[in-house]
Amino acid sequence: MKTAVIVFPGSNCDRDVQVALRQSMGSEPLMVWHGDASLPDVDLIVVPGGFSYGDYLRSGAMAAQSPVMRDVVAKAEKGVPVLGICNGFQVLTECGLLPGVLMRNAGLKFVCKDVHLRTEVADTAFTGGYSQGQVIRIPVAHHDGNYFADDDTLARLRDENRIAFRYVDGDGEQGNGANPNGSIDDIAGILNETRTVLGLMPHPERLSDPALGGNQGRPMFDGLVAALS
Amino acid sequence: MKAKVHVTLKQGVLDPQGKAVQHALAALGFDGVEGVRQGKFIELELSETDPAKAEAKVEDMCQKLLANMVIEDYRVDILEG
Repeated sequence: MKTAVIVFPGSNCDRDVQVALRQSMGSEPLMVWHGDASLPDVDLIVVPGGFSYGDYLRSGAMAAQSPVMRDVVAKAEKGVPVLGICNGFQVLTECGLLPGVLMRNAGLKFVCKDVHLRTEVADTAFTGGYSQGQVIRIPVAHHDGNYFADDDTLARLRDENRIAFRYVDGDGEQGNGANPNGSIDDIAGILNETRTVLGLMPHPERLSDPALGGNQGRPMFDGLVAALS
Repeated sequence: MKAKVHVTLKQGVLDPQGKAVQHALAALGFDGVEGVRQGKFIELELSETDPAKAEAKVEDMCQKLLANMVIEDYRVDILEG
């Protein structure tokens, strides 16, 4: 299996993803600089977290215009799976691969803590390592994670079963202050129409090894390897 | 030719920063502030000399980059000279 991790100026989770992919694949992912005009054919593209271009203008807005993103969009449209984590999710909304937008957190503060997510859709390449309804604990670390979409878009996401993860409490229930950023309908991650693009704010790569304090993020990478190898 | 672009959140989109500013103003004793909406101001220097063409070009810039049309509106003012 071949994977590529896109590296922007200001990415800071690119190497975490590299380690997580290496651990699950047993081989090295390709690190692709944002200024490259194209990337080689791969089985999975990861747009990692960080603060690409210092979040100038809007989080992800400048990165979405990077040369390499044109090829990422072209490959995604041909069905190559794309995973966007945190800033990567913001970039994917800005370049139109995913609908909606990530706004400033409702509480205005940067939030960095472990959260619980409920797996709402388990039958995708990204989520196959989890079972339907499984609650996992992985961290968020963001200032702009407040997902928003207009009513029509939100209705489509619900009807087409494209809300992949929701913020819940430890018992798997929504509410009770479980949502760290005020996102609409407690959305933590969404899929595109063909379920080949996933964007999520929490960081599975940051808890993918017991030495990091937990490994509940690892099944995402193991599941991708199982589905795409 | 200069273009001045105001980017603001659409009506109905919650603006937590505007709300925080409103509360801070009230805490400072400024009465009667019934609403605060925060936005961005972008000033462009353009080589274009035709105001209509300049405006069309800046509108295109707003839709492609300067504003996120999901949550933001923009206003373009072209200043001649």
